[in-house]
Amino acid sequence: MDNTFTPIEARKPPSGAIGPIAWMKASLFSSPVNTILTVFFAYIIIRFVPPIIDWAFISANWVGTTQEECTKSGACWIFIKQWFSQLLYGSYPESLHWRVNLALIGLVAVVVLQFFLPQHLRRRVGWVSLLVYPLISLWLMYGGFGLETVSTDKWGGFSLNILLAFAGILMSLPIGIVWALGRQSEMPFVRVVCISSIELFRGVPLITILFMGSVMLPLFFPAGVQLDKLMRAFIAITLFQSAYMAEVIRGGLQAIPKGQVEAANSLGLGYWKTMRLIVLPQALKISIPNIVNTFIALFKDTTLVLIIGLFEVLSTIQAALQNSNWLGGHHIEGYVFVAFVFWVFCYTMSRISVHIEKKLDTGHSRS
Amino acid sequence: MANDTVIPKTQTKQKVAFYNRAENRSMVFQVLVAAGLAYFFYTIYNNTLTNMEARGIRTGFGFMSQPAGFDILLKLIPYEATDSYGRTFFVGLLNTLLVSFISIIFATLLGFLVGVSRLSANWLVSKVATIFVETFRNIPLLLQIFFWYFAVLAALPGVRSSLNFADSVFLNVRGLSVPRIIWGEGSSIIFYAFIAAIIGIFFLSRWARKRQEATGQPFALLWANLGLLIGLPLLAFLLTGMNATIEVPKLQGFGFQGGMTLIPELMALTVALSVYTAAFIAEAVRAGVQSVSHGQVEAAAALGLPNAKVLRFVTIPQALRVIVPPLNSQYQNLIKNSSLAMAIGYPDLVAVFMGSTLNQVGQAVEIVFMTMMVYLAINLTLSTFMNWYNARIKLVER
Repeated sequence: MDNTFTPIEARKPPSGAIGPIAWMKASLFSSPVNTILTVFFAYIIIRFVPPIIDWAFISANWVGTTQEECTKSGACWIFIKQWFSQLLYGSYPESLHWRVNLALIGLVAVVVLQFFLPQHLRRRVGWVSLLVYPLISLWLMYGGFGLETVSTDKWGGFSLNILLAFAGILMSLPIGIVWALGRQSEMPFVRVVCISSIELFRGVPLITILFMGSVMLPLFFPAGVQLDKLMRAFIAITLFQSAYMAEVIRGGLQAIPKGQVEAANSLGLGYWKTMRLIVLPQALKISIPNIVNTFIALFKDTTLVLIIGLFEVLSTIQAALQNSNWLGGHHIEGYVFVAFVFWVFCYTMSRISVHIEKKLDTGHSRS
Repeated sequence: MANDTVIPKTQTKQKVAFYNRAENRSMVFQVLVAAGLAYFFYTIYNNTLTNMEARGIRTGFGFMSQPAGFDILLKLIPYEATDSYGRTFFVGLLNTLLVSFISIIFATLLGFLVGVSRLSANWLVSKVATIFVETFRNIPLLLQIFFWYFAVLAALPGVRSSLNFADSVFLNVRGLSVPRIIWGEGSSIIFYAFIAAIIGIFFLSRWARKRQEATGQPFALLWANLGLLIGLPLLAFLLTGMNATIEVPKLQGFGFQGGMTLIPELMALTVALSVYTAAFIAEAVRAGVQSVSHGQVEAAAALGLPNAKVLRFVTIPQALRVIVPPLNSQYQNLIKNSSLAMAIGYPDLVAVFMGSTLNQVGQAVEIVFMTMMVYLAINLTLSTFMNWYNARIKLVER
């Protein structure tokens, strides 16, 4: 007798439940309202997407050097091509662009290393690069010590946005930690000081802080001290960002169970040791996704320095549009290009933030 | 007492050195911080006074009553170039409030629509909503304002070839001209009727809730309230003899006369602020709706509630609890972001007061301080209101 069990072959699902037709029925035409919506959006897409693609790619002008060579009906990408170096580097001397490139590549390298280094090296390399990289990039950008000096009014373009955002986030991290700890402190005076600084800088627009930096700060310093424009913008951005950073870190601190602090206390650790060894490592770790999110916000906000007269990428585009050789109204090309660059950066970073959040989720959160 | 624990005399309290006691340490630390801050502010104060004297800048708020001497593009209260700097402050403030108020309404509507669309069962609708959110969230707001102002609105036709909608609404490069209602005499009654309707709604809602709690009978509150809100003013309008006319804008010479014209700066700013904030609100709405557990909806359906009621009594109240706190911060962000108006010349508080007035007067400290305080005050007011609303809709736990 043959006792082995042979299952009969599973039947295929009914043809109405799988396949493209069934999918369309379920997700596009499930009800009269859905059908109307689908038809409406399909019409919009068919009506507008092909002309946009045609404008941006098919009948766009790619080759040439002057406005007059933009003869086809589509976008005049020659405009972007001609201004590309300005958009990226501002008025930074062309022969020295390699220094900006090196600083930016270093930045990418520092970030990428954090993802690919073996676990035991990450933290050590992270701290070293956090301390050393800013100095190296400052030296590369500004010069001195054997390099030709490039004054800050020559810095500009998209590289300025990137540097301002990174410098802002780096400086705001320690200030934000101090403010966040102060806000949780048991000392009433310290708490009041920290809460009022955080709420002040969080409650007002960045523009007002930038104005404060550009018109009020020079009055605060003794006569003879000259602060350069970039420095003042940087101080303003740092104050603004620190307030947001403090709130993000407070969120992380509040998520740490009280038992952690109590356990540390019962082991005999003092306040600073408890914070440094027990609380902050955990709090900072769970704050990383939100820190990335505030970084995205800051990165977008660096365009605001155009209002106090720094030549970041958006003001470079505005200047290019006013240039007498390019008065043909290339607004859309200019804005679309800058928007695209920002979009790529911000979207990538928000994906990274989601990724880190998933990776950090050690199962403690209960939903 | 029998089981009194006897503390042995030998177990005295351990002596802690004076400088090691927590309360003493914290006192010393606080005094040090206070002294440091005092020194910091004292130095700043001194330096500022010296610098201002050296540059011949006056101090105090005396400038507020001096004539300003510049005109403002958009004013909600009467203003002439001969009016004082103090009045420019209020003109700018009102313009800030105007653009913030309009944008908050549009951003909320659009944000809820897009947020719900992202969860739609319709694949196409949810994809379009996703693309909307991911596009507008990741592009700097200033760039979007520039785009709408310099690329879209500046490309509109001139005054003579305006886009014409039913001969009463005109869209051209100078703005949007719409008809205006001119209220006749005695029309203030309509306004009072409106207020009476709001008071009526308040009491009717209370009565309906009490009745339902007592008898279990529901009351068609929504329709009754809508009827009151529209009916009472309409009744007043009819009783006063329909004393209102509509003024349609007409092309005369180089511009439109009559009606109401929305300047392009206001339009560009409103569109940009609404769309940008709507993308963030949509995310908050999506998170809120997703936070309501499936079991809730299934339980409601098992009780036999129809879809609309499940939405109204089960999903929305629970989702709102998650939505309101981020909504609050988005509103605050919108108000702060409205200060970007300056970049395209919309005369908001920052542009008028921190721009033009500061340029002429030069009293940076007073003006920057005043502007900052105004934004702080607006945001705190809004925050208080939203917290009150949040407390109202919060889950009442035993």
